[in-house]
Amino acid sequence: MIVTNAMFNLQNSVRGCLRITLLLAITLGSLTSHAQSASEEPATFNDLVDQLAEGSLSRRGKTVTTIAELNHERSIVVLNALQAGTLKVTRNDPKQVVIEQADDSLVNAQSGAVISDDLGRLKRIPIHNKLRSQLHTVLAQLNLASPDKTARLSAVNRLITDGGDANTATLLQALVADEAEADVRDAMQTAIAMYDIQSDDAEVRLAAVKALRGSLIPEVRGPLLSLADNDPNQNVKLEAQSALESIEGRLKVFRFTENVFFGLSLGSVFLLSAIGLAITFGVMGVINMAHGELMMIGAYTTWVIQQALPNHIGASLFIAIPTAFIVAGLVGIAIERGVIRFLYGRPLETLLATFGISLILQQAARSIFSPLNRAVSLPEWMSGSLEINPALSITFNRLYILIFGLMVFFALLLILKKTSLGLKVRAVSQNRPMARAVGVRASWVDALTFGLGSGIAGIAGVALSQLTNVGPNLGQAYIIDSFMVVVFGGVGNLWGTLVGAMGIGLLNKFMEPYAGAVLAKVLILVLLILFIQKKPKGLFPQKGRAAAD
Amino acid sequence: MIVKKLVKTVGAWGLACGMGLSAVTTQAEEDTIKVGVLHSLSGTMAISETTLKDTMLMLIEEQNKKGGLLGKKLEPVVVDPASNWPLFAEKTRELISQEGVDAIFGCWTSVSRKSVLPVVEELNGLLFYPVQYEGEESSRNVFYTGAAPNQQAIPAVDYLMKDLEVERWVLAGTDYVYPRTTNKILAAYLKSKGVKESDIMINYTPFGHSDWQNIVSDIKRFGSAGKKTAVVSTINGDANVPFYRELGNQGISAEDIPVVAFSVGEEELSGIDAKPLVGHMAAWNYFMSVETDENSQFIDQWLAFIENDKRVTNDPMEAHYIGFNMWVKAVEKAGSTDSDKVIDAIVGVEVPNLSGGTSKMLPNHHITKPVLIGEIQEDGQFLTVWETDGLVPGDAWSDYLEGSKDLISDWTAPISCGNYNEMTKKCLGAAE
Repeated sequence: MIVTNAMFNLQNSVRGCLRITLLLAITLGSLTSHAQSASEEPATFNDLVDQLAEGSLSRRGKTVTTIAELNHERSIVVLNALQAGTLKVTRNDPKQVVIEQADDSLVNAQSGAVISDDLGRLKRIPIHNKLRSQLHTVLAQLNLASPDKTARLSAVNRLITDGGDANTATLLQALVADEAEADVRDAMQTAIAMYDIQSDDAEVRLAAVKALRGSLIPEVRGPLLSLADNDPNQNVKLEAQSALESIEGRLKVFRFTENVFFGLSLGSVFLLSAIGLAITFGVMGVINMAHGELMMIGAYTTWVIQQALPNHIGASLFIAIPTAFIVAGLVGIAIERGVIRFLYGRPLETLLATFGISLILQQAARSIFSPLNRAVSLPEWMSGSLEINPALSITFNRLYILIFGLMVFFALLLILKKTSLGLKVRAVSQNRPMARAVGVRASWVDALTFGLGSGIAGIAGVALSQLTNVGPNLGQAYIIDSFMVVVFGGVGNLWGTLVGAMGIGLLNKFMEPYAGAVLAKVLILVLLILFIQKKPKGLFPQKGRAAAD
Repeated sequence: MIVKKLVKTVGAWGLACGMGLSAVTTQAEEDTIKVGVLHSLSGTMAISETTLKDTMLMLIEEQNKKGGLLGKKLEPVVVDPASNWPLFAEKTRELISQEGVDAIFGCWTSVSRKSVLPVVEELNGLLFYPVQYEGEESSRNVFYTGAAPNQQAIPAVDYLMKDLEVERWVLAGTDYVYPRTTNKILAAYLKSKGVKESDIMINYTPFGHSDWQNIVSDIKRFGSAGKKTAVVSTINGDANVPFYRELGNQGISAEDIPVVAFSVGEEELSGIDAKPLVGHMAAWNYFMSVETDENSQFIDQWLAFIENDKRVTNDPMEAHYIGFNMWVKAVEKAGSTDSDKVIDAIVGVEVPNLSGGTSKMLPNHHITKPVLIGEIQEDGQFLTVWETDGLVPGDAWSDYLEGSKDLISDWTAPISCGNYNEMTKKCLGAAE
C-alpha cells in the first residue's frame, strides 16, 4: 500500500486524468459481472427511471442497482433525488418522472430539461429503510469522485460503516494520494485500514491496527475488539489490545465532557423555567402555581407566529421572543390585578387560587387550540449537531438554549440591579411601608414585577417549544422542577437560582447512568429534602435586613 | 343534527369550566338504547382520548341514520373521567347504575381499565377497550379490541429479527404497567430465540420525560458494537417528540438504528414535524394509508363528521369501529341488549375491519387482526413495509411468560373461565 502511494505521488502531472480513469475502470469492473447476469438485453436509462416509479419496493431496489451499473451521466442525479425524496411522478397519464429542484421548479428526470407546464399533483416515489441503505452504499461509490467535499466525505464515511470490499479498497488507495482535503484523506485511510484489518496477512493486519490507533470512529471498535480477543498472531493481538485501551482512555474523557454538557444543558432548561419564578416567588413571595401555564402561553405564541409566517421559521422564532414576553407578561399582570393582589400575605389562598388559574388556562388551551399537540418546526440551524470529533458532538438546539438561558439570566440581573424599576422592585420587596413612604407606588410595582416574571416565563416557553411538545400539558412538566430550583438556590437570590439550576442539572445527569432516569429524579428530590432540612434558606440565603420576614 | 350540536355545545361549556363535568346527556324523546362513552376530555390523556369520543359519536350517528338498533335510536352518554383513574371507576358506576347504559366504549391507559374492571364485573356491564395493551388479563365483561402483545410486539420483533437481521435490542419504555409487561414478554421471547442477555438493554423513563440526551447517547454507544441494533419503543405519549428530536439531532438515522414504536400513530405524528423521523417504524393493526374501500369510506366519513380535512385516523379508532360494529351485530343476533345475552351472542361474530379482512370475536374476548409494520414518511403517514400473511388471533395470556403460558381464556361453555389452566384443567377464578 505504501509503495502504491509513493508511486502515485511521483505522477503529479497525470493525477486528475488517472483519477477519473481509475474510478471508472474499477467501478465498472466491480459492476459489470453483475450487470451481465441481470438482464440479457440492457434496458435503457430512460426505461429504468420510468420503472423506478412503479412496482414493489423490492423491485425498485433492483432497478436502483441497474441504474447505478449503467453509469449514465445522470445516474447520480436521479439516485440522489430518490434518496432526498425529490424524485416525483405525475399522477396523470402519461406518467412522467420529474425532479423537484430546491426552488420548487421541475426538471425532467431523464434529460434534465426544465419543465414549465403544470403537471398537476405530484406523488413522491416512496423508499424504505432497506432501499435507503442500498442507495447510500451505491451513492457512496458514485460520489467518491464528487467535486463537492462534503459529498466525498460522507461517501467515505459510509464506506467505513459498510466495511468495504476489495474493489472499494483498491479504489480508495488510488484516490487517497490525490485527495487535497486533509479530513477526507484521514477518513479514506481509516476506510482502507478497516478493510485491511480483515486481511489474512498478519503484517497487513498489524499495520491496519496501528493506523486505527486513537481513532474515535465508533465502527472501529468492533473489529479491534474481535482482534484483541482472538487473533491468532500474538503481536497483532497485543497491538489491538493496546490500541483499544488508548481508544477507551480517550473515550472516557469525552464521555465525561459530554456528560458535563448534558448536565449544563438540562440546567439551562431548569434555569429558564425557574428564573421567572425566582422573581415572582423569590422576590415577591407569591406562590404562583400557574407559572408553568405562562410558559405554555409563550410556547403557543411561538406556534401562532410560525403559522402566520410559514416561510420564515428562523425569523419567526426571533419575533416570538419579544411577543411571548409581552403576551405572557400581560396575562401575568391580569392575574396579579385580578386575583393575587387581593391575596397578599395569604400564601395558602394564593396557592389554591393560582392552581385554579392554571387549570383554567390549560383547559382554555384545549378549547382554543384543541387537546392535540401543535407541531412547532425547528429552523435549519437549530437541528443537527456540532461534531467536535466522532465521539463528541454537541447538539445545536441544546447549545443555543444554554447560551440563550444565560443571556436571559444576565439581562434580568441587569434590569434588577441597574434600572429604576429594579431598584423599586428591590425596595418594595425589602420593606414595603418604607418604600411607599418615599413615594414608590407599591401596587404598581407589584403588577410590573409580576408581569416581568411572567414575561420571562413566556420566553422560556419559546425555548421549550424547540425541545418538547407544545400542548396544554407543557407547563405541568416544569412547575415542580422550577420550585425545586428556586428553593434550592435560595429564595430571593438570582445567583442562587443559576447555581441551583446548573447544580441540579449536573447532579441529575451524573446520577442517571447509574440509577436510571426514574430513580435519579427520586434521589434528587430526597437529597433536596435532606438539604432543606439542614439549610432551610437554600444555598445562598438572604442576609441582613432583606432576610427579615 | 340538533342532538349533535347540543352535545357539542354542552360539551364545550363543560370543558371551558374545566371542572369534572357530570354526564352530558342528550334530550331523550322516546325509548332509546344508551351507549356510554368513557374517555378523558380533560387532563393529560385528553390528547389521545378526545378523538375516540368523537369517533364514537360518529359511529352512533351513522348507526342512527341506518335506522338505529332493534328499532330504537341509539343515544350516546358522554362522561369525562378527566384522566383521573379513580374517577374512571366512579363514572362507570354512574353510567351503569344511574344512566342505565347497555354498553360502554372507553378507557385508554391500562390503569384506567384496571380501575373500571371491578365495577363492570360487579354491575355486569359491557366494556369495549380499544387500545393495544399488555395482555395477562381476561374478563367476562370486557372486550379487548386493541392488540394483545402477540398481535403487535411479537410480530414486530420477528420482522426486525428476520428481515432486518437485528442482533442487539434496546427495549425503551415509559415506566408503567404496559411497557414493563410488554418488555418482560419481549425479553423472554428474545432469550428463547438465543439472544444473549448482554445484547438486550432495557431502559425506563418517567411519564413526559423530555431530556433524552444521555439515553440517546447510550443507545448510540450500545449500537456501535458492530452488530445491527434496533430500539423497540413503548415510550408513551408526550415523551416521544423530544425522544425523536434528540435521535435526529444526534445524527442517528433509521438506517443505523431503527426505532419501532408501539404507541406512535398518525395522531401523535400530526403534532410533530415528521422529517427527522422518516424511516422509523411503528407496528399497528391499521394505518390510515391502507388502501381499501372500507378505509377510504371511513376516512371520508370521519373528515366530514369532524369538519376538518387535516385530521387523521388511527388504530384505536379502527378498534372502536370494529368493536362497535361487533356489539351492534351481537345485539341484533341476541335480539336484546341484555349483558348476558350479548356476551353469549358476540363470540364468533365477524365484521369487516378497515385493513381489508374480517375480524372475528374469539371466545377469549380478543379479536383477530392483521399486523402491519409501517415506516414513517415525511407527511406523517406510514408506508406499509411488511404485514402478516393472515389474521392473528389475540392471545390473552402470553406463551412466553412463566406462570401464564399454561393459561387460556375461554368465556364459552363448558370452560367459561378467564384463566383456565390447561395443565391442571382448573379455573383459577378471580384470584387477581
